[in-house]
Amino acid sequence: MAQTIPLSWYLAISAMLFTMGALGVLIRRNPLIIFMSVELMLNAANLAFVAFARSFGVLTGQIFVFFVMTVSAAEVAVGLALIVIIFRNKHSINVDLMNSLKG
Amino acid sequence: MEYSGLFSLVPLIVLLPVAGLLINIIFGGRMSEKAIGSLASAASGLAFVVAVLLGVALRTGSGEAVVVPFADWIHIGDLNIAWNFRVDTLSVLMMLVVSGVGTLIHIYAIGYMHEDVRFKNDIGRYRRFFVFMNLFIAMMMILVSGDSYLMLFVGWEGVGLCSFLLIGFWYDKDTLGWPSTANANAARKAFIVNRIGDFGFLIAGFAMFWAFKDLSFGGVFTQAAQVASVAPGVILFITLFLLVGVTGKSAQLPLYVWLPDAMAGPTPVSALIHAATMVTAGVYLVARSAPLYTLVPQAQTAVALVGSITALFAATIAVGQYDIKKVLAYSTISQLGFMVAAVGMGAFVPGMFHLVTHAFFKALLFLSAGSVILGLERGHHHLAHQSGSGSPESPDSGHPVTESPDSLHSEEAFDPNDMRNMGGLRKQMPVTFWLYVIGALALAGIFPLAGFWSKDEILADAFQKFPAVYLLLTIAAFLTAFYMGRQVWMVFFGKPRHAAAARAEESPKVITVPLMILAAGAILGGALNLPGMHSLTLWLEHTIAGVEAGEFNFLVAGLSTVLALVAIGLSWVLYGRQPLAEGQKDPLKKLLGPVFTVFERKYWVDEAYWAVFVNRYVDIARFLADVIDGRFWHDWFHEKVIAGTYNWLSRTVLDLRVDQQFIDAIANGLGRLTKRISSDLRRLQNGFVRSYALAVLAGVVIILGYLILK
Repeated sequence: MAQTIPLSWYLAISAMLFTMGALGVLIRRNPLIIFMSVELMLNAANLAFVAFARSFGVLTGQIFVFFVMTVSAAEVAVGLALIVIIFRNKHSINVDLMNSLKG
Repeated sequence: MEYSGLFSLVPLIVLLPVAGLLINIIFGGRMSEKAIGSLASAASGLAFVVAVLLGVALRTGSGEAVVVPFADWIHIGDLNIAWNFRVDTLSVLMMLVVSGVGTLIHIYAIGYMHEDVRFKNDIGRYRRFFVFMNLFIAMMMILVSGDSYLMLFVGWEGVGLCSFLLIGFWYDKDTLGWPSTANANAARKAFIVNRIGDFGFLIAGFAMFWAFKDLSFGGVFTQAAQVASVAPGVILFITLFLLVGVTGKSAQLPLYVWLPDAMAGPTPVSALIHAATMVTAGVYLVARSAPLYTLVPQAQTAVALVGSITALFAATIAVGQYDIKKVLAYSTISQLGFMVAAVGMGAFVPGMFHLVTHAFFKALLFLSAGSVILGLERGHHHLAHQSGSGSPESPDSGHPVTESPDSLHSEEAFDPNDMRNMGGLRKQMPVTFWLYVIGALALAGIFPLAGFWSKDEILADAFQKFPAVYLLLTIAAFLTAFYMGRQVWMVFFGKPRHAAAARAEESPKVITVPLMILAAGAILGGALNLPGMHSLTLWLEHTIAGVEAGEFNFLVAGLSTVLALVAIGLSWVLYGRQPLAEGQKDPLKKLLGPVFTVFERKYWVDEAYWAVFVNRYVDIARFLADVIDGRFWHDWFHEKVIAGTYNWLSRTVLDLRVDQQFIDAIANGLGRLTKRISSDLRRLQNGFVRSYALAVLAGVVIILGYLILK
């Protein structure tokens, strides 16, 4: 068997992806970008799942990935619908303008 | 103890009247007026039958005292006080008088209470009256039949209660049926004055228990001689305090004042309780305590003097009275004085003899007076109807007063007890007239009526033993004949001085028949103890040791008869020869002037008692109420001390310090703290989604960091 890429590399990429996603969520103001960043974080998690699944030779992680993909698809559908509604009301999709729920 | 079967009947003497009153209490509501009265009379009559049977048993037996145990009463340690009956010649004599005269008065009361203007078909009152009467008979029987001073005291208090209840029987109406508290006041007066006498009795009882450790007659009398030889003062103390009790119950000086007022009760009550039976309880007590009194001559002298002074004192007051019942009341006090003087001198048999004959003729006089009063009321009733200008009114409902202002006016002025409203009644009420004359002659001591024999025995004894007492009693006897003569002339002779007297009517048979029986007693009662036969002396010598038959003293008897006749003649000169006209002054008043006023106003004894005792008592009561209770207890102690302290404590300490400064501070502090924290925390909720996300991230990092670094 050819020399395999060690698990830690996958995990490092996953961590980098996750961090980039998190930063994107925190920094960007465009909700579309934020969604994309969230997808990035989810996929970082997926990458970690499949890497572990492959490394330990069990299928659980791969099945979990399918669930995550399904949920993220549903989430995006709902989120995009919300964004459309918000744009209709505010004529903007800047998340910093949506701060009326404050104490 | 051995005794024949008849003696075991003795509890019935109390139980029969009790049964009568219980039946009347429980079923009387559904019984007719006649049935209630008949039942009560039957209960009393059966008690009389039992008394007769007991007399027969004593007569056929040895005549010695028999003690019949009945019930245990008090049982404390070694102390055992039982309710025992004592059947001896003295107690049976009293039982016969009480139940015999009592039964006749019960029967009389059936008619009298029905006719009383205040009655007006108030059947509940009618029943109550007979319940009280039966209760009185029961209590009097307990008094005379008890075997100890304690049982005697129970009866003594019981008859006092009945007296109170019956004096105040019409507690809300006066003699005319008007609203008034006079009768209730008279009842209270009788009760309170009797309490003073009873207090003396109680002291005597305590001393007796202290000295003898026993209260039964047998126990006390057997030890009496021995105690007297060691400490005669003790016996003197006991007998003198018993005398205080006697002055209360038997209406002697200085406690007699309740008896004239007791005439507020219905006339049968005056006859039964306040003439024939209850007031003689004091005489019975002294006669019963003969073994004690004979040991201390000083006490005997005191009793004799109290009795004889009372006899004269009350007789003088009777001369100046106008109320027909008041004259008889003072006469009763006077005659009780005769009896008390007699038993005080050691003449126990003459005293008891006079008690019996007096019961007959004084009951007769009172009941006849009641008949006179009823007759006048009937006459007045006709009068009121006549002047009532024909306004429709049923005879039973309502007082005639309600008719018109005119009759109301005449009603106010008319007193059916006032002898000045009477006159000429012998034509309207012939039966009552003759009965009254018999009673009056018996009381005056005219041969051969009962009063002659008994009074002369007393006088004969006094003549031998106590000249001072003899003198007092002889003058009293003279006055007795005089005031009775005055009464008879004023009531029955001359012309009617009031329209009501002119229209008076004779009483029905239920009233006159008992009177006839009593009249027979008043005529024949002297036969009890005729000179030469001395049946009563022989009867009583079983019980009272050392009694001897007095000799008939012709000098004394002749003198007193002459005096009585002179007195009656004198009363004729003053009142009979020229009858009192309407509105005319009493002829004696012209003769005696201010002295008569003194008699008429009863020596101002009541006023003096008011000034000396009652008002002082009221002052003390006021002082206690206003100063001690009002100002000290209420204003100062309760208001200032208790309520003030409480208010200070609650307002200043608990409210200001504890509640406001401590408990409120905790609650307010909590509120302020929450407010401050929340106002700080709300700033975190800024509405920026990205800052929330940062917080979530930071939280996750912190938790993960903690988990990893742990």
